[in-house]
Amino acid sequence: MESYIYRTDKLILDLTEWLTEATGSAFAAEVVKMSIAAAVLSAFVGLLAMILIYIERKVAGHMQQRVGPMRVGPHGILQTVADSIKLVAKEGLTPKNADAFIFNLAPLLVFASSFACLSFIPFSPGMTIVSFNVGLLFILGIASVGVLGILAGGWASNNKWSVLGAMRSGAQIISYELSATLALLAIVPFFGTLDFQEIVLSQQKGWWIWRAPGVGLLGFLIYTIASTAECNRTPFDIAEGESELTGGFHTEYSAMKFAMFFLAEFINIFIVSAISATVFFGGWMPFHIEGLDTLNRVFDLLPPIVWFFGKVACLVFVVMWFRWTFPRLRVDQLMHFEWKYLMPLSLINLALAAIAVSAGLYFFN
Amino acid sequence: MSNIPADTSIEPDFEDYYVNMGPQHPSTHGVLRLIVKLAGETVLGVTPHIGFVHRGIEKMAEALTAQQFFPLTSRLDYLSAHMNNWAWAMAIEKAAGIEVPERAEYIRIIMSELSRISSHQLWWGVFGMDLGAFTPFLYGFRDRERVNDIFEKTCGVRLTMNYICAGGVREDVDRDFEKDVREFTDYFEPMIDEYDRLLSGNIIIQERTKGVGVLDPETAKQYGCTGPTLRAGGVDYDVRKNRPYGLYPRMDFKTAVATEGDSWARYVVRLEEMRQSLKIIRQALDQIPAEGPVRAKTPMNIKIPDGHYLSRVEAARGEFALYLVGNGKILPQRVKLRSPGFSNLSALPETVKGWRIADLVTIMSTFDLVMPDIDR
Repeated sequence: MESYIYRTDKLILDLTEWLTEATGSAFAAEVVKMSIAAAVLSAFVGLLAMILIYIERKVAGHMQQRVGPMRVGPHGILQTVADSIKLVAKEGLTPKNADAFIFNLAPLLVFASSFACLSFIPFSPGMTIVSFNVGLLFILGIASVGVLGILAGGWASNNKWSVLGAMRSGAQIISYELSATLALLAIVPFFGTLDFQEIVLSQQKGWWIWRAPGVGLLGFLIYTIASTAECNRTPFDIAEGESELTGGFHTEYSAMKFAMFFLAEFINIFIVSAISATVFFGGWMPFHIEGLDTLNRVFDLLPPIVWFFGKVACLVFVVMWFRWTFPRLRVDQLMHFEWKYLMPLSLINLALAAIAVSAGLYFFN
Repeated sequence: MSNIPADTSIEPDFEDYYVNMGPQHPSTHGVLRLIVKLAGETVLGVTPHIGFVHRGIEKMAEALTAQQFFPLTSRLDYLSAHMNNWAWAMAIEKAAGIEVPERAEYIRIIMSELSRISSHQLWWGVFGMDLGAFTPFLYGFRDRERVNDIFEKTCGVRLTMNYICAGGVREDVDRDFEKDVREFTDYFEPMIDEYDRLLSGNIIIQERTKGVGVLDPETAKQYGCTGPTLRAGGVDYDVRKNRPYGLYPRMDFKTAVATEGDSWARYVVRLEEMRQSLKIIRQALDQIPAEGPVRAKTPMNIKIPDGHYLSRVEAARGEFALYLVGNGKILPQRVKLRSPGFSNLSALPETVKGWRIADLVTIMSTFDLVMPDIDR
C-alpha cells in the first residue's frame, strides 16, 4: 500500500523535494515540475484522443452490426495513428476570402481551452497539475472560452453554412452551460469546497450521487445531458449537423486545423466525464461500503488512477452510446428543452440541495 | 411554428440570406440543387434546380428498339428498376398484343414487391441519417443486402436489373428462388418491428416529424403527387388498386394510408407498405404455378403498330406512367415518361415554407427523391 502507484501524493512530494535539492531553489523546482507536467500532458492529450477515437469507432461498429476498423494493425488499433499522420501531412488550406488571422486562430482557441482544463483534473491523490482552491469554478470558466473559437471559426470561414453552424453552437453552448453549472453547483454545498482534490476526499464515506438524497442523482442526469450538449455531441450536434449544414462551423477546415477541432471535441468528452466522475462518483476514490472491510481491502488493491480512468471510461461510453442511438434535435426544440425544462429543473435542484444541506439531510454525515 | 409569415418571392434582394443547398450536399441525395431563402433558420422559400443528371432518355428511346430500351428504364429510378422495366414491357405488350404467361406475371409481382421493400429499406436508413441518427442506415443496408442477393441470384445484377422484358421475364428464376424469398419474408417481418423499436418510438424522431411539413391532399393532387407522399395525406390512390395491372387483382392487400399528411404520416405509410409488400409476396409464392413458360414467343424486333399506348405501374415512389406513340415501325415515334419523383419534388417548395432548415431536410427525406428519376 505504500508504493508510489497507490500514494501518488507521496510521489509528488518526494519528487518536489528532490528537485528542490537538485536545483537549489523552490522556484526552479516548480519551473522544472511544470515543464515535466506540460510535456506529459501533451503526450497524454495525443494518446487520449487517439484512444478515444479508436474506441468511438469500435463502439459505433459494434452497435451497428459491423466490426469497425480492422485492417491497420491487430484489430485496427493503428488506424487512428494512420489517420493522425494523414491529417498532419495534409496541406492546411485557408479559403480565399476568409479572415486568415481569425480563421487560423480559432482552432487554437478551442484546443487551448480544452487543454487548459486538463490541468485541473485530479487523476490520483496529489496528482493535479494545478492545485487551486476554486478549481471547479475555474474549469467551468475556461471551458466556455472554447465557444469563442467555434464562433470565430464559423464567422471567419466566410461560408454561409459555417455561420449558421457557429450561430447555432454559440446559442446552444451558452444556454446549456447554465444548466451544467447549476447542476454542479447544487452539489457544491454538500462538500463546501471547489478544490477538486478536496471534493474527492469528501467522498471517503460514499459518493455524492447517492449521499446527497435525490439531488445527487438529479444533478448527475442534468449534468450528463447539459455536458453532452456542451460537447456538441448527438443528440445535440446541431452545430455540426452534417446532414443539414455539411459540417457546420468546421466545413472549411482541413488538415491540422480540423484535427485540432476534432482533438478538442474528444478531450472535451474526457473532461466532462472526468468532472462528472469526480463530483458524483468519487473521482479516484475506490468504492467502499462501510462495515465490509474485506471487500473494501479488495477494492483498495486497485490503484486510484485505475479507479479514476475506469469511472471516466464508463461515462465516456454513455456519451458514445447516445451518439449512436439518437437522432438530432432541431435547433428550436433544443432551446425549448433547455429553457423550459432543464434550466427550471436545475434551479429546483439547487434549491432542494440548499434545503438538504442546511437541514443536514444527507447520508453518512 | 408554421405561422411564421413566408413570402413567396424568391427574387434576390440585397438583405436576403440565400444559401445554395446542393448539388453537392449530403441530404439532397444526388445532384439536386436547392436555392434556399432564409431568415435566420427559417426557410422563406425554396427553388429547386434540376437537370444535373439529365440524359435525354425519352429522346434516346426514339432511336432504340423495344428490346434495346429496357436497360435505360432500369436507370430511371434505379431503386424501382423492376417496376420501370415492367411499365415499358406493358406498353410494348399492349401495342403488339403479346400475352404474358401466368408464371411470368407472378414473378413480376414478386420482383416488384421485393424492389419496393428494398427501396423503402434504403429510404428508412437514409431518413435516419438525415435526422442525425447514423445507426439506422446500417440496419437498413444490412436487410437490403438480402434482397439484393436474391436479385443477384436470378438476374445476375444487384441494382439495374433489366430482368422483366416484353412477353414475360428474361429467364426463369434461380432454383433457390422460392426458398430464398420465403426465408427473407420470415426474416424481415420481425425486422420491421425492430425498425420501429430503433427509430419510430424515439421521442426525438416523433418531435422532429409530427406535424412537420404538412402536405394537404388538395395541394398534393394539384401538383400530381403520387405514392406514399400522396397517401400520407389521406388520398387512397394506388395504381395497383385503382388501375390494376398484371395479376394484382388476385392479391389481397391494403393500401397504406394515413391522414395527417405530415412527415410522420409519410414515414408510417412507408413502413406499412413494407408489411403489405411482404403479404403480397407470400400470396404470390403460394399461387405461382410451379412449372410453365416464363416468356411468350416474340419476334426479335417488335413492330410497334400505329397508335397511342399508356401503361402505369406503382413504383416505390408513386405512379410511374409511360406513354408510347407508335407508327408501325420497330422504333417508337415518341416516348413520354411520367416519373413520380418529378411531381413530388414540385410540391416541395410549397411544403417547406415557414419551416426550419432542419425540417427542410426531414421533408425532403420523407418525399424520398431519387434524382435520375426526376432528371431522366
